[in-house]
Amino acid sequence: MRSYLDFEKPVAELDAKLDELRTLAASGSDIGDEITRVEERASQALVGLYANLTPWQKTLVARHPQRPHLLDFVGALITEFTPLAGDRKFGEDEAMVGGFGRFRGESICVIGQEKGATTENRLKHNFGMARPEGYRKAARLMEMADRFNIPVLSLVDTAGAYPGIGAEERGQAEAIARSTDVCLQLGVPNVAVITGEGMSGGAIAITTASRVLMLEHAIYSVISPEGAASILWRDAAKAQEAAINMKITAQDLLRFGVIDEIVKEPVGGAHRDPAAVIAATGDAIAHALDDLRNLDRDAIRTQRRQKFLEIGRKLG
Amino acid sequence: MNWISNVVRPKIRSFLNRRETPENLWIKCPDTGQLVFFKDVEANQFVIPGSNYHMRMGANARLKSVFDNETWYDVALPPVAADPLKFRDERKYVDRIKDARAKTGMNDSVKVGYGKLEGSPVVVGVQDFDFMGGSLGMAAGEAVVKGLELAVEKQTPFIMFAASGGARMQEGVLSLMQMPRTTVAVQMLREIRKPYIVVLTNPTTGGVTASYAMLGDIQIAEPGALIGFAGARVIEQTIREKLPEGFQRAEYLKEHGMVDMVVHRHEMRATLARLCRILCKAEAIKPAEVEQPAVTPPLLDLAEAPPAASPP
Repeated sequence: MRSYLDFEKPVAELDAKLDELRTLAASGSDIGDEITRVEERASQALVGLYANLTPWQKTLVARHPQRPHLLDFVGALITEFTPLAGDRKFGEDEAMVGGFGRFRGESICVIGQEKGATTENRLKHNFGMARPEGYRKAARLMEMADRFNIPVLSLVDTAGAYPGIGAEERGQAEAIARSTDVCLQLGVPNVAVITGEGMSGGAIAITTASRVLMLEHAIYSVISPEGAASILWRDAAKAQEAAINMKITAQDLLRFGVIDEIVKEPVGGAHRDPAAVIAATGDAIAHALDDLRNLDRDAIRTQRRQKFLEIGRKLG
Repeated sequence: MNWISNVVRPKIRSFLNRRETPENLWIKCPDTGQLVFFKDVEANQFVIPGSNYHMRMGANARLKSVFDNETWYDVALPPVAADPLKFRDERKYVDRIKDARAKTGMNDSVKVGYGKLEGSPVVVGVQDFDFMGGSLGMAAGEAVVKGLELAVEKQTPFIMFAASGGARMQEGVLSLMQMPRTTVAVQMLREIRKPYIVVLTNPTTGGVTASYAMLGDIQIAEPGALIGFAGARVIEQTIREKLPEGFQRAEYLKEHGMVDMVVHRHEMRATLARLCRILCKAEAIKPAEVEQPAVTPPLLDLAEAPPAASPP
């Protein structure tokens, strides 16, 4: 069952009409031309809508429940994936998935948030909101990858780090700071892909990478539009306005030099054709890793540090 | 809104209302409600006599409290792009900045000083909560980076007094970028093996705690300081329960292993000096020297930085 976002209503109506026509056609009516015409209109409507998404509409697309999540990417792109658990200090956090496997035949370390696709899975993965253990596990795996000279892939999709008593007690802030710290220490290349939401410190902890890629309709921000609206406008209903003001889209962030590349999504967003967007993401990752392949450890560290130090310095 | 109301009036207000001498000579202790004479609090390093409540301390007062002879060089900080997002909420961000500058006399939320602490050179960064909640934007991030770079250049320790509500939302993802940017600078100091000491003051939260303010070799907190990542309101809304007493306070953090020590402001200078000297393997200072500090010898030449005028 396909679910439509509010702003997709025109497309939903055309799709519904198409379904009716197809039922009619199946029962013997000769309406092939009509079907083709409506199909054409539906696909044009979709192209039109997605060519001009507002930042708020992108936010909804980025959070679409059927958007491919980390495990979909890993399932399609990584062979022999072997998940590893635990931070060796306190516990295991399934909001942050991590492990080793092969990407196009070569060893890779993968870390990232999984939001879960079913209610049960969402609870299991805590909706992709990691606790300190998640960031400490990520740091542990990154350090291991560094030791074995294996590149790191971060798949970023989180509404933020989990705000809870236990998380604070066990040093959420320190865990995030340390994970960012480890990213910047790596002598192996790391590539981060923001696949859905990259929100706040919970995202930056694993997005501090040699190359930062972002799916076309993903969002990346210091705080969610709702959070900004409730703090700055003192009205959560101003989220749309906040989304526009915060400049959270891939297109804006490429212009600011905060991300390095945009991965195109199929017309109608990643959720309409997960296989296509995952394949495109795979190509972009391969390309980024190839670029970094011949650098020695010092050069990799220096490149990453310089890149971050330069961010914002050339903005007028 | 025009030039008069945006620029001239705040300037006049700030001229009439210098922070050092507020109109209300009596203030109320936020902890006990006791009324105290402001001058007494100021003379007591903004600690309320009696209750020991640590009030917030402005950047200049803080620098004055750390350096020998209350003298230091103000370090020139790199300019940054103004309002790259063209942000406006209920007001324009550029107007908010203007007001904050008029109110505090600071350019942004972080100041950096270079001087001596019990005879040894040290670079000190101070975040002033009065400047837009000490928020971390491009200017503050650049200031922290500059402070750490200067410490690397001068081969000195870096001491950071943190106070912040977190990232400056009006700069969007560019404020988020200050987390990795400042971390790069922390790593530079680490590589030359000089100490980085963080003093967490009330309050330090959000993206600041989740970056440079939690990466110190030594983590010190002031008594009662609120320190955390997520705000109490957000946590309460998420988990739908009341938070325990003392939650996210300095003493709680120490109990949970997140800071090395909670230090009274009166002991701060001596503690910092002792740690810097031990970690840098400098000789201990004899008690007599501490009581009677020699006049600070001329500082190294810092071309771009004129000496700070000693505050009145």
